[in-house]
Amino acid sequence: MGNDIKELEDIARQLRIDIITMLNKAKSGHTGGSLSAIDILTCLYFKEMNIDPADPDKPDRDKFVLSKGHAAPALYATLARAGYFDKAELATLRKYGSILQGHPDMNLVPGVEMSTGSLGQGLSAANGMALAAKLDGAPTRVYVIMGDGEQQEGQIWEAAMTAHHYKIDNLCAFVDNNGLQIDGEVEKIMGIEPLADKWRAFGWHVISINGNDIAQILEALDEADRTKHRPTVIIAKTVKGKGFSFCAGKVKYHGVPPSDQELEEALKEIGGSATPHQI
Amino acid sequence: MEELLGIRESYGEALAQIGAENKDVVVLDADLSGSTKTSLFAKKFPDRFFNMGVAEQDLMTTAAGFAAAGKIPFASTFAIFATGKAFEQVRQSIAYTKLNVRVVSTHSGITVGEDGGSHQAIEDIALMRSLPNMTVMVPADGIEMKKMIRHMLDFKGPVYIRGARNKYPKLFDDDYKFEVGKAVTIREGKDATVIACGYMVSQSLKACDILKEKGYDVGLVNMSTIKPIDTGAIIHAAKVTKAIVTADEHNVIGGLGSAVAEVLGESSPCLMKRVGIKDIFGKSGSAGELVKRYNLTPGDVSDAVMQVIRKRDGQ
Repeated sequence: MGNDIKELEDIARQLRIDIITMLNKAKSGHTGGSLSAIDILTCLYFKEMNIDPADPDKPDRDKFVLSKGHAAPALYATLARAGYFDKAELATLRKYGSILQGHPDMNLVPGVEMSTGSLGQGLSAANGMALAAKLDGAPTRVYVIMGDGEQQEGQIWEAAMTAHHYKIDNLCAFVDNNGLQIDGEVEKIMGIEPLADKWRAFGWHVISINGNDIAQILEALDEADRTKHRPTVIIAKTVKGKGFSFCAGKVKYHGVPPSDQELEEALKEIGGSATPHQI
Repeated sequence: MEELLGIRESYGEALAQIGAENKDVVVLDADLSGSTKTSLFAKKFPDRFFNMGVAEQDLMTTAAGFAAAGKIPFASTFAIFATGKAFEQVRQSIAYTKLNVRVVSTHSGITVGEDGGSHQAIEDIALMRSLPNMTVMVPADGIEMKKMIRHMLDFKGPVYIRGARNKYPKLFDDDYKFEVGKAVTIREGKDATVIACGYMVSQSLKACDILKEKGYDVGLVNMSTIKPIDTGAIIHAAKVTKAIVTADEHNVIGGLGSAVAEVLGESSPCLMKRVGIKDIFGKSGSAGELVKRYNLTPGDVSDAVMQVIRKRDGQ
């Protein structure tokens, strides 16, 4: 896939429209953290990962685990656009009978490698997948996106030790460092800084970037690919609710969807349009 | 002198055997491989053994990751940590996902002994059987443990197998037929039926002998799969004897006794009594002493049977 930066930016812009449109329709769900992480997902699914949406179980494929499972709308929009399932499904988010549960279910959604939702577990699962690939001598790389509030979970640091101990270098983790969690600012709720120093002390290769900048994400992914004998964490500074002024940088929109009016204004602002039947 | 077989030794030996036959078998432990006997696998297959350190939550979810990648992971530690400390990991990453993780514990129940109440899991069956998708099994001797582990190569879905620290009397021969979800009648009887699992199967067999000397013909069923439970076997026993006693080394709340009572209450009500730990935590002591103090002896089982028989007969 030879998408250049401009193309990836266009994809991310379209995915942002899909995210707020599906959230508006669902009338519940996590807006802020979906929008902060979407540039990373765009780079992974439309540039970095060796995957085949027509053959979701392709042997030796790369794998992705959304440890911050509440950003499910971002993953669903990405998977639909990549072709794992019909984009019309997005309109069923969080509805009874939908494959698109409030948090990702690997048994329902093609392309979802691990069910997540309870914070703190995705990195451990990714370690298991990466170790299995090493046992098989497979070229598989495993990618994870964690939240920054999620860094408060003890299991994250258990998994951090495991990845270093077993030299899991086919693993690349992101921290979507948007600085906010549901109760307020991360540093006020339960400070996680100095975060890069913590990961470094746990033996990881640490890269710090602007996680809403496509070029920086791609560059960091290249560096991670080249890093051997230890895992890489990319601490991606992001803006929660990035892309729309109604929610950008606002704690309130952690778990609140856009109203009809907010959606309308947001679509105007980004120069896009999406009617419910289009998604 | 009765022959004893180690439950955990049988587990480790079985792992080493199936590990030689199937290279997808991986084993994870949390710094207790010497105690759980997964060390027997680790010695033979160091590349497929992962010591996760004292980190049971990471243990369970990493095992789930292996299973998601097509491996057959066995995740082991003491019962209290496997099902208690890592309960939510087992729920989210193993039961909810339906992944082929085999959680195999050792050191369940009060026969853990000297380590005391902090280490004696008396609630693990209750926790695991309340999880959708989870199969729950308790071997009654070392032979049955080996058969269960071998079954796990082809079995689909998450499993909890409750192992133990102590050696149990040998009950079965090598040609013993084990089937998931199928109760095994060890002794037929017309006066009452004891339904037991784990260590309490051999204790109950001795109870049946005591009762026989008193002139009572009491049956014994080994309910080694707690979930899905063999409802047919329970209803059959209720219809034949109309007097049921359950026996497991677990809290009477939520264990085998509860599982049997649920079936009886809904399908074939009859008098019953649960032998088990009476909703109290364990204490330090030798396993033998604790079995007496917590009323899990053959005499305790036979007393319970007599109580149910008398009640049934209106005495």
